[in-house]
Amino acid sequence: MGVAMPSDAQPHRKDGAPAILFSKLADWGRSQSLWPMTFGLACCAIEMMGTAASRYDVARFGAEVFRASPRQSDLMIVSGRVSQKMAPIVRHLYDQMPHPKWVIAMGDCASCGGMFNNYAILQGVDKVVPVDVYVPGCPPRPEALIDGIIKLQKRIAAEGSKEGEQ
Amino acid sequence: MAVRTIEEQNLVLNMGPQHPSTHGVLRLVLELDGETVVSCKPVIGYLHTGFEKMFEQKTYWQGVTYSDRMDYLAPLSNNLGYSLAVEKLLDVEIPPRATVGRVILAELTRIASHLVWLGTQAMDMGAMSVFLYCFRERERILDIFEMCSGQRMMCSYIRPGGLAYDLPHGFEEAVQAVLDIMPERIDEYEALLTKNGIWRDRTIGIGVLRLEDAIRLCVTGPNLRASGGSLDVRRDRPYCGYEEYDFDVIVGERGDIYERYLVRVREMRESVKIIQQALKRLPDGPYVTSDRKVAFPPRSELATSMEALIHHFKLATEGFRVPAGEVYSVIESPRGELGMYLVADGSSKAYRLHVRAPSFASLQALPVIAKGALVADLVAMIGSLDPVLGEVDR
Amino acid sequence: MTDQTAVAEQPSAPEKDPVLARVEERFGERLLEAQVTFDQPTFVVKREDLIALATFLRDDPELQFIRLSDICGIDYLNLGKTPRFGVIYHLHSFKLNRWARIRVQVDEDDAVVPTLTGEWPGANWFEREVYDLFGIEFNGHPDMTRILTPDEWEVHPLRKDFQPPKEPHEWSFNPEQWQKAVQRGS
Repeated sequence: MGVAMPSDAQPHRKDGAPAILFSKLADWGRSQSLWPMTFGLACCAIEMMGTAASRYDVARFGAEVFRASPRQSDLMIVSGRVSQKMAPIVRHLYDQMPHPKWVIAMGDCASCGGMFNNYAILQGVDKVVPVDVYVPGCPPRPEALIDGIIKLQKRIAAEGSKEGEQ
Repeated sequence: MAVRTIEEQNLVLNMGPQHPSTHGVLRLVLELDGETVVSCKPVIGYLHTGFEKMFEQKTYWQGVTYSDRMDYLAPLSNNLGYSLAVEKLLDVEIPPRATVGRVILAELTRIASHLVWLGTQAMDMGAMSVFLYCFRERERILDIFEMCSGQRMMCSYIRPGGLAYDLPHGFEEAVQAVLDIMPERIDEYEALLTKNGIWRDRTIGIGVLRLEDAIRLCVTGPNLRASGGSLDVRRDRPYCGYEEYDFDVIVGERGDIYERYLVRVREMRESVKIIQQALKRLPDGPYVTSDRKVAFPPRSELATSMEALIHHFKLATEGFRVPAGEVYSVIESPRGELGMYLVADGSSKAYRLHVRAPSFASLQALPVIAKGALVADLVAMIGSLDPVLGEVDR
Repeated sequence: MTDQTAVAEQPSAPEKDPVLARVEERFGERLLEAQVTFDQPTFVVKREDLIALATFLRDDPELQFIRLSDICGIDYLNLGKTPRFGVIYHLHSFKLNRWARIRVQVDEDDAVVPTLTGEWPGANWFEREVYDLFGIEFNGHPDMTRILTPDEWEVHPLRKDFQPPKEPHEWSFNPEQWQKAVQRGS
């Protein structure tokens, strides 16, 4: 379940058999083996850890390998509130990730500042990095995070990875 | 042939704030002489949220949801500390069902928090299975929290006046089910770690915090108890009826990482004991105070009583007012002395609520225990102090 | 409406609180205020007497308030109290199993208080936090810098007259500006 196969196969081989573009295969492959970066900020990080633990097991969806180095990861799950002091670092880490890369804003604080509409918290991490999927909740249940990951997977498989785009 | 001498300099290495093992957004600026840590300076503030300012802007009732998110591994503990501080100034009587329910939930929170601590400490040191085992039990405890409040983590269930809702049907059976399996599960964790040669080599004698240092650095909780300081607010200044429960305060003496590990694991067992006793005492009755100026009247009364309607209206719009005064209310959170210094001015919003976070003080001990140690042991030392950056930075 | 402005007090005990008595005996006139609420004695002194009082509470064999629990700041602007800022210290005694509170108040234009880091090294971060959030400086502190808010900020957020900014504001993180600065090498 959750395998998003490329559905629109327009190209055909010379002998009439349908052919799958290599890039579509690559997109599908990328979606099924997202490597998240260990980027837990606050409470949502604990639910992210719960998602990686045995009951909810995000490894089923390919996101088993949480890499510590941004250079080795392609998904940044911003889990938690981003303070003004942390904002340049979030951007720094995002810049260090190689293309193609995606961002999930997990939780209300990462999506829009959450309950902290004040001097200290960035009102949404999309003020510093482009976000692909917003997962609301405070904190979102592990199932909600997995839903967000699956949505992202479908999007990657369908739309491709916008190679080289900011 | 002349031998060239190599000029040596200490290396300044930055660790964090994004790091798999710093337990949050903690940044350490390390000065290393080879593998030895010459000095370690923690830089915090990467999770500063302005909680204390938010408490001043929100009513006391709204403030409960903010208190969850400071020490996010033990949200009900923060709720309890907050509620007790407000109730001291309000001077309301809390019904026994709420009091005993609070003890059960606070101790379940302690177990859940120590499970996360143990899982992450072991995972940081390479023992990945312990992480999965601990989270397996923690899910059972989160199921209970979800049963009570609808929320797995940020429950906001313990509120000034009592509990948010009544304890649900099936609560006692669910808690008993967890208590039945917990002792053997703790045995499982101990079987994996306590006599494990690698664990012992990496933790015994490492990260020693002496008692005098711990006291002068304002360290509390399991960190202080592992160094020999016998301070447990549940025993010394009991709240919520803790004086009626029979439990031991675990005090170590060596103050190394292994001792802190043992103290916390044994505390989990003591918590199981306390919950067992509390379950036997759990009475029926109201779950929130009957003082209508503080707690909402039951909805059935709104149709018949004008006074109930007015109380409901005032509470929902303005919130209850707390008489002017100041109090420093302390509870024993899983990390240590959680103090809430509340200054009220007679209105429905706190004038000043300062949260004395136990991890804030414990993290000051890190440069002291890391000095002269090997950089490879640093991760174990950070974990053993059990900092939660949410409450460090507030 | 009942009068809610009186400070909540325990019913007065027939004999004086022993901690209060001992401190008053030693400090007399130097104590600006002394009272007990919720079993916690509160002493208000001038900043010049802060270290003397704290060390007396710690070293006196009958009191032994050896543990410093907490230091926090408070802005009395909206309550109309002067001097405007207060620094509150909480000490704990194992022997007496009690907490005690010391309050030192300073004016806005002279917001300096002696540091307790010489006596309790753990006071370090607490005092930095008070400086960060209120702007009160601590004389003799080894590292009087901000600890929670970004280093380049100049505002003190927990003051009652702090105006929270509307976004975008000059000290909120701006990715484009930051990237330009990084490319410039600054």
